[in-house]
Amino acid sequence: MKTFHLVLRALRQSRWLAFCACFVVFVVLLAIFGPHLTRYNYAAISDTSLQPPSFAHWFGTDLNGRDLLTRTLYGARMSLLVAALGTFVSLTVGVSYGMISGYAGGRVDSLMMRLVEILYSLPSLILVIILVATLEKPVTTVLQHLWLGSIPPRLVLLVVFIGLTEWLTMARIIRGQTLVLKEQAFIQASAALGQSHARLLFRHLLPNLSGIILVYLTLTIPAIMIDEAFLSFLGLGVQPPQASWGTLIADGAAAINPIQLYWWLLLFPGGMMTVTLLALNFLGDGLRDTLDPRGKK
Amino acid sequence: MNASPASRRRIPAAYILAAWLAGILALALAFFYFFGGWTLSEPADLTICNGDEPQTLDPAIITGQLEGRLALALFEGLTTRNAKGDIVPGMAESWQISPDGLTYTFHLRSDAKWSNGMPLTAYDFLNSWERTLNPATASQYAYQLYYLVNGEAYGTGKLKDFSQVGVKAPDARTLIVTLTHPTAFFLELTSFQTLCPVYLPGIEKYGNNWMKPPNLVSNGPYCLKVWRLNDYILLEANPYYWRKVAFQRIKVLPTSNATTCLNLFSSGKLDLILDKNSVPASLVDKLREKPYFHANPFGGTAFVRYNVKRKPFDDLRVRKALALAIDKEDIVRKITRAGEPVAETLVPPGNKDYIPPLGPKYNPEEARKLLAEAGYPGGKGFPNVQMLYAKRSTPEQVAIELQALWQQELGITSITLRGQEWKVYLNTQSLIDFDLCLSAWVGDYNDPQTFLDMFVTDGGNNLTGWSNPTYDHLLDQSQAIPDPAQRMKLLQEMETILVDQDMPIVPLYYYVGISLYRNEKVAGFEPNFVDDHRWGVLYPPEKKP
Amino acid sequence: MTTLILRRLILAIPTLFIVVSLTFLLMRWAPGNPFSNERKIPPEILAELEKQYDLNGTVTSQYLRYMGKLVHGDLSISTQYRNRTVNDILAQALPVSVLLGGLAYLLALLIGIPLGAYAAVRQDQKADRLAMLAALLGLSVPSFVLAPLLVMLFGVKLHWLPVAGWGSPDQIILPVFCLAIPFAAAIARLTRGSLLDVLNLDFIRTARAKGLPEDEVLYRHALKIAILPLISYSGPALAGILTGSLVIETLFDIPGIGRFFINSVLNRDPMMSAGVVLVFSAFLLFMNLVSDVLISLLDRRVKIE
Repeated sequence: MKTFHLVLRALRQSRWLAFCACFVVFVVLLAIFGPHLTRYNYAAISDTSLQPPSFAHWFGTDLNGRDLLTRTLYGARMSLLVAALGTFVSLTVGVSYGMISGYAGGRVDSLMMRLVEILYSLPSLILVIILVATLEKPVTTVLQHLWLGSIPPRLVLLVVFIGLTEWLTMARIIRGQTLVLKEQAFIQASAALGQSHARLLFRHLLPNLSGIILVYLTLTIPAIMIDEAFLSFLGLGVQPPQASWGTLIADGAAAINPIQLYWWLLLFPGGMMTVTLLALNFLGDGLRDTLDPRGKK
Repeated sequence: MNASPASRRRIPAAYILAAWLAGILALALAFFYFFGGWTLSEPADLTICNGDEPQTLDPAIITGQLEGRLALALFEGLTTRNAKGDIVPGMAESWQISPDGLTYTFHLRSDAKWSNGMPLTAYDFLNSWERTLNPATASQYAYQLYYLVNGEAYGTGKLKDFSQVGVKAPDARTLIVTLTHPTAFFLELTSFQTLCPVYLPGIEKYGNNWMKPPNLVSNGPYCLKVWRLNDYILLEANPYYWRKVAFQRIKVLPTSNATTCLNLFSSGKLDLILDKNSVPASLVDKLREKPYFHANPFGGTAFVRYNVKRKPFDDLRVRKALALAIDKEDIVRKITRAGEPVAETLVPPGNKDYIPPLGPKYNPEEARKLLAEAGYPGGKGFPNVQMLYAKRSTPEQVAIELQALWQQELGITSITLRGQEWKVYLNTQSLIDFDLCLSAWVGDYNDPQTFLDMFVTDGGNNLTGWSNPTYDHLLDQSQAIPDPAQRMKLLQEMETILVDQDMPIVPLYYYVGISLYRNEKVAGFEPNFVDDHRWGVLYPPEKKP
Repeated sequence: MTTLILRRLILAIPTLFIVVSLTFLLMRWAPGNPFSNERKIPPEILAELEKQYDLNGTVTSQYLRYMGKLVHGDLSISTQYRNRTVNDILAQALPVSVLLGGLAYLLALLIGIPLGAYAAVRQDQKADRLAMLAALLGLSVPSFVLAPLLVMLFGVKLHWLPVAGWGSPDQIILPVFCLAIPFAAAIARLTRGSLLDVLNLDFIRTARAKGLPEDEVLYRHALKIAILPLISYSGPALAGILTGSLVIETLFDIPGIGRFFINSVLNRDPMMSAGVVLVFSAFLLFMNLVSDVLISLLDRRVKIE
């Protein structure tokens, strides 16, 4: 696949890019396996509360005596999970919408893009705040009916609604590319051969869009991570004792006081999040330079 | 060739652009300074952190403690409290109580005036109490006037004629109150904001805007000068108040974040922090050694409510097991940290005439035995239950700790936490839509009844589904008995049923209020049971009134 | 042009309508009574309260009454701050947020444009790389991580700046700075990118060939065109500043609209939430319209269909 080769070449050419990619993979692995590798359970309280970093607790402890390292790794898991699933939602909606709009063309396209225009100018995160705050009970009931009661309802709400905030850019770009690709010879030929629309879309168009999809994917993931952390900071994130980077940062920020600086509560989760976002953004930039040299931001 | 004008030294346009933008910045600042949006705060003698923005300043409808503090700085009832918390004359300079305890005759001071100079009369009290009781006002504390004859009938709308209610004003300086049964704490109620008078002509004239400065007319130590929402409130000494106050201007900040309060206090922008919620719990240990730290125990209790109508909490053994497994010392030492006393009973100490029962003590062995007897040995098979709590920092930490303790001691892993925002939590609690609930209660007056009368059958504040006819009967009896000692004994029997026998609740700890102020700056602040510290009695040490 | 404006305005009305309705209905439908209190409310009192706030009857009737008032510009009363209309509250809070957001945007331009231009001119040299790394960092540090860190450093440790509050000049510095940084970063990158694009255009090369000094080439001709993408970015930028102000106002205890909004959602205050959503949305729709109009004015070549 052309995209794959392009990506690999880019990684080989730039040391930094390769480093970032490895770093992201490393963080993902940490998120999956990390919480099990430490001695502590992320929810286990103890008597040693608010201790600075030491040999026993590399990142220190929080108010309930829980090990911050374990909680930061668990937080990574939560944040990355929301980011991944949210991006998936965003991707699915955005790509489908953009492809259909571009492919249909004419009035349908015009109408669909007008809707995007309207949605673009809405303060979406504000509306998400309202949705997440008010829909918790119904979602809990629905999940229970579907025998999925163990999934935290907040998680579902965050994934769905944050995902639905970020699909607009993807839709616009995909639609633009679809419009261009539509005119190309091989598409025209396939249409002339009488192939069904669905086949055209999925077999021919989609693979050619994969490069651009990948680029905007790497832009959407950090955006969703920040949105989730933002909502968690405002108190709309996952419930304790679970944690995400956003809730950990909120706890750290809440602990700032003139008597004793509990700097580790803020620095470690905040630092990890920043560094991960930096790597993702850098990776996104690099991929964009390779796969889509026209569209610079 | 062209004589390039570039031989002149050109200022790089980047700098020009920057200068241009900086100019706009400065202009914007000036614009907003002069046209509002950014007003410089006014100076004050004393700055107090009140914990949050008040919802209203109408004393008749106030329910929150922070609104109450502001209302009691602006308004004054028949009685008031001194620095120690004792009841002393307020608008009424003297009173008589009939031997049967049913009739109170108040004599108002001759110099009682409103802040606009108009005289304050007994008719003001009469009309204000009518307004409070009137169902149209929707006062949630109107029930404090139900102790009056026909008070409840008028308050629920069954009686339409207010002249039949037990309060009369035979002349401008006398108020006669008739009660349905002897109420030992009635004089405390008259000092509470609900029974304060309001300036009715102002309400008529300004309608919904009567509380905004400068429309607000008050009779207490202070007047309202500025009220900017979520920004600050400025109080100024009332020239017509019957006493001289020491602080002429008080600024009240609605800062709700505890660490922000502390930060402002240590940088000198704040002089007095009153509310324990405004002090970060994690720092209390360190703050305790500072000279500006003051602890004042008061009448409040944190406890766990069971929903006794839901399994498994319909089984007394389960309730007892969970109760005995809580190491309350752990909670007050690690989480709340203000030196709260552990609570084995509901009614906090502070009333010298009341002797509480012993209450159950921490006993994990017994707890495990009881749990096994109930059918959940080692916590196995314990059904999925949820513990409801309000999403504020202390209750959240306590809930987390309780969940972990129960897992540790009893092996129960099926208790999940359900944190909700304050209003949502209150609603859920009032609907008894929980299995367990972390709750609290602060007494309205210094008498065990304010705690014990919550749990009567179908009581509005019972919220456990628990019902015990003996308990209800004892309460009725206690209200009819004139002898205080006998009455206290009956109340003690009630509490024994509540915390020792049936256990629909598990008391956790008693509240200790924390206040921060520098002794060189503020005096007149002393601990009292109802945590009622009137601002009018505060003074700077060098100016003792 | 007129068609553009008209079309936007016509579309705006149903959009605002839908958004405000959604907010109001969700707030009323969600669990959590705005009148809940520690002491249980007797039902007669609750009924009376609801009547006072026009929240009695079925949700539909409440909604219709609210819409009726809205059309007349009456945003109704807030359930949290009794006896205060939402109009009142917004009148006090809006200038504060506008000041905060406006200053942040100006600061972002002030930092971003020169930085981006400098990087573009020194393309691929060390200065460029450093500047762009700084910009990337600015994008990657969320404002709610940066703000507490700066507060810890400048407020608590060094005591140079106040920790929170609003009312004296030094209390503006940290909030505006923290709000501006991510947008300064985005603007820097945008400026660099579009300037580089412009500098490669034909007519610029012609100007250079004609012997115009680099200064004049760059700043007279190129910058004017490079600004265009910034104008179209101002829409999303302002949306972002609006959202960012929610966190900044919460952190620094600033009495702006963002703070009121968060409280209104958490306290289930339907009129306040709907009012704020209305203001935010209307503002954004308006700003997007303004920026599109500006673009079409400044570059007659750009067609907006």
